Amino acid sequence: MAEFFVSESLIYLAAILIGLAFLLALFRFLKGPSTADRVVAFDVLTIIGITAIALLALLEGRGIYLDVALVYALLSFLGVIVIARYLERGL
Amino acid sequence: MTWTRDLSMLFATLFGFWVLLNGSLAADVLLVGLITALIITLLFRNSLAVVSELRMTPRALMTTLGYVFFFARELVKSNLNLARIVLSPALPLNPGIVKVRTRLKSRMGRLLLANSITLTPGTLTVDIDGEWLYIHWVTVDSADIEVATAAIVSGFEEYLEVMYG
Amino acid sequence: MMASLLSVIGGVLLVAGAAFLLLGGLGLVRMPDVFNRIQAGTKATTLGTLLSLAGIACLQPAWTLKLALIGLFILFTNPLSSQVLARAAHRAGADKSPLTAVDLLAKDQLADDPKGDRA
Repeated sequence: MAEFFVSESLIYLAAILIGLAFLLALFRFLKGPSTADRVVAFDVLTIIGITAIALLALLEGRGIYLDVALVYALLSFLGVIVIARYLERGL
Repeated sequence: MTWTRDLSMLFATLFGFWVLLNGSLAADVLLVGLITALIITLLFRNSLAVVSELRMTPRALMTTLGYVFFFARELVKSNLNLARIVLSPALPLNPGIVKVRTRLKSRMGRLLLANSITLTPGTLTVDIDGEWLYIHWVTVDSADIEVATAAIVSGFEEYLEVMYG
Repeated sequence: MMASLLSVIGGVLLVAGAAFLLLGGLGLVRMPDVFNRIQAGTKATTLGTLLSLAGIACLQPAWTLKLALIGLFILFTNPLSSQVLARAAHRAGADKSPLTAVDLLAKDQLADDPKGDRA
């Protein structure tokens, strides 16, 4: 029982760290200054979001959330590529 | 001969992903997966270079395994290195973009090389122009092409050369 | 006993991964220009996510395959999107930190095309 308690508190500690990481990346996203900076921040925010979704799946015990994380990873990758192409020379 | 081999490899990969995604071996799921994988295989005949350009010799497969371990070690090293830089109050940077040259010929080999460089200590691939790679380096030791190539590229190239040529 | 040991390992991996994600966020805020930020962003988040997913796999072994799939996907796409972004930033003429020692890419482009009108 004690071990279970240990890993449970570790999960919540991880959730807090992920939340802080999200805030830092959000700061860079809002501050910029250039578009490229914002896109980098957006990319990092997505990756953090994917981890957060997987963590939520664990806490709620719902494996189906992992599919959401996978689709999110796919779409954000395409999104970043498209924005980068746009920055390069317009669409 | 290689044409049919490539197609069946592509088909097997797609079908494997389908089974992994569904996590089920029910007959109807497998049937839909077979049909989907078949259609995609026919549509994208030429697009799975990861598998089709990989040499299928035992030596290449062993090297792939070695590459995975070498890569994992470099990834951890790169993060500790980055942690040291980010956490130190002075932010000890000496960034710059240097130029290196690769001996790899195949597209897939170059792609994996560029990806590996991006994930290892302090380096980021910015542009590729034929055999030349432009690398952003957080702590530039030397802008000399030979020295930079030895420091950044050589480790991976040994493995990738056997795997893809 | 084995199960609880595995869950403690999983918890530790999860916290380690989250710590790397935090480090990535910190790097994003502290680094002086786009290229250095991309460096901090990619490396730390890739390892952070992989460790976190491994930790979750230890805590919920039935999900291992799907978590491995997500991890593999991130391992391939994360460096790719960083590279494309770095190239785009360079071509769009992003500001470089005054600390920057050399830029052989800009030099080569200038040599190819002195007037700078290659799109």
